[in-house]
Amino acid sequence: MHAETATDRKAAALAAFKDLPHEPGVAKPDPILVVDNVVRRFGGLTAVDVGHVEVQRGSITALIGPNGAGKTTFFNQLTGFDTADSGEWTFNGRKMNGVPAHKVARAGMVRTFQLTKALSRLTVLENMRLGAQGQKGENFWRALIPGSWRGQEDRITARADELLARFKLDAKREDFAGSLSGGQRKLLEMARALMVEPELVMLDEPMAGVNPALTQSLLGHVKDLREQGMSVLFVEHDMDMVRDISDWVIVMAQGAVIAEGPPDTIMSDQRVIDAYLGAHHDAPLSESELEEQLHEAEDALEAEIQEESK
Amino acid sequence: MNWDIILSTTLKAAIGVETVWYALAAIGINIHFGYTGLLNFGQSAFLAVAGYGLAVTVTVIGLPFWIGIGVGLVAAVLLAFLLGIPTLRLRADYLAIVTIAAAEIVRLIFRSVEFKSVFGGSDGRRGFSQGFYEINPYAEGTYGFWPLSFNEREMWVLTVGWVLIAIACLIVFLLMKSPWGRVLKAIREDEDAVRSLGKNVFSYKMQSLILGGVLGCLGGFVYGLATGSVQPDIFGTETTFFAYTIVILGGAARVFGPVVGASIFWVLLVLVNGLLSGAVQSGVITFMDITQVGPFRFLLVGLGLILLLVYRPQGIFGDKRELAINAR
Repeated sequence: MHAETATDRKAAALAAFKDLPHEPGVAKPDPILVVDNVVRRFGGLTAVDVGHVEVQRGSITALIGPNGAGKTTFFNQLTGFDTADSGEWTFNGRKMNGVPAHKVARAGMVRTFQLTKALSRLTVLENMRLGAQGQKGENFWRALIPGSWRGQEDRITARADELLARFKLDAKREDFAGSLSGGQRKLLEMARALMVEPELVMLDEPMAGVNPALTQSLLGHVKDLREQGMSVLFVEHDMDMVRDISDWVIVMAQGAVIAEGPPDTIMSDQRVIDAYLGAHHDAPLSESELEEQLHEAEDALEAEIQEESK
Repeated sequence: MNWDIILSTTLKAAIGVETVWYALAAIGINIHFGYTGLLNFGQSAFLAVAGYGLAVTVTVIGLPFWIGIGVGLVAAVLLAFLLGIPTLRLRADYLAIVTIAAAEIVRLIFRSVEFKSVFGGSDGRRGFSQGFYEINPYAEGTYGFWPLSFNEREMWVLTVGWVLIAIACLIVFLLMKSPWGRVLKAIREDEDAVRSLGKNVFSYKMQSLILGGVLGCLGGFVYGLATGSVQPDIFGTETTFFAYTIVILGGAARVFGPVVGASIFWVLLVLVNGLLSGAVQSGVITFMDITQVGPFRFLLVGLGLILLLVYRPQGIFGDKRELAINAR
């Protein structure tokens, strides 16, 4: 039963992308996130300059690009952690530019971080509970009356335990998050993000610093998010992983979106190869250039011989 | 050496007025620094505005005692807003610099010649505690037993002071067990993570600053009422630093840490003072005179603090596990 719905979701996601042209900024049938003209400059450097891009609902979309392409900066703009110089974007049709980070999260767009941010001196369970929204006990006056939030806290704890079991962290429930391994922290961060009950999960390099044994488990969890009806946008460097789990790939280079396409063909796209390897990396040298190099070498050799014979 | 007096003053220091008002100041610091990770080095300013709020309202304006208390509390809340709005968006170390500067500004305004008619310059204000002692339920006389005996005024101040400490500890206990306290502790660990989970970090930091400031400012009232006066230099930076020492001594982010820390801090100060003065007077120690004892005991306190940080950095109530994690 579960397997069936899983393949359905994957098939549905792939079907949505089937006839799309492989152009940057292509319109998607049912976009959850629509971005227009987002620009972020740091002094003279334009870190992000994205014209138009859409993220399809219910799909796993990968955001790739060479180092310094502006992927994480772009993420920061979208999630309110940094202010864009200009541009606007909508999430579920709601305008999100200029919205502070905590309101972005409340709207259902939750991110994780490249360098995991486990809350070290809180237990794993407390980390999880923190993710729940609309907590009565987070109001100062109500916090003073335990009876007013106990019931809700119990429900939150039950949900947290469920998620911890799914992420195989239930044995670590009472341990400080700071005592977890790097991979376990990634798992915890993802599980904690799910406590927010997001619609769009944005993962910034979920596999960075995770040992290979845990990679498979993390991949499974990311796929699982789509099966549960969430949309995923993730930044990643590992192309094997991108090929394995993503339904659609957006490629950024030098701050701009340069190509989009399905994962199995995107790496053979000329624009992508150029961005990663340079535009003329495989162009043969011309006849005159070859000759010039030859002359230079000969001259150098001759000069050396003369030097020695002196 | 007069062992009776040394023993008596030392025991009195354990629950004395100094311990009470420093414990209150330290409870506030513990909320700021211990639970929320806010490096507020301007705690003395909260005590100052509360003490002066009360003193000026009663002596200069001539309003009743209770209105003075109200004015002091409102002043502490206003100070929290004034400090918090521009600085809480800054990184922790900037907050430390700004708060220490703000506390000095507050102190210098209180001792300035310009406002001498209001705040009384470096002499401060006195004669505002009458309303407090009018409702003293203790009849004239001596209470307690040797070596712990107090007169009726001391008894009244200490009773009110320790009730305030108990209420403050109860509030901290309830809050830090709650989801509200969980958000504060999470902010101490990593603000951005808390933001990404949909919490308004700025608002929580402000609430923490106000709560710690208001609980701390009670120490300013207790000082003012116990001594019957306020002077600007009592609320200098060393008050804040003593309060930090107390928090670290007792163990940060522990409900009773500041209270026990304050008690031990003053017991040690008074005991060392008594022993050294006694030794100097009876000629056991010859390399210093009686006036040098005061500074010398702070030197010993400093040494003690260094040893504490080396051998028991988590303080008395602290959890060594937490520290090991923090060190990574």
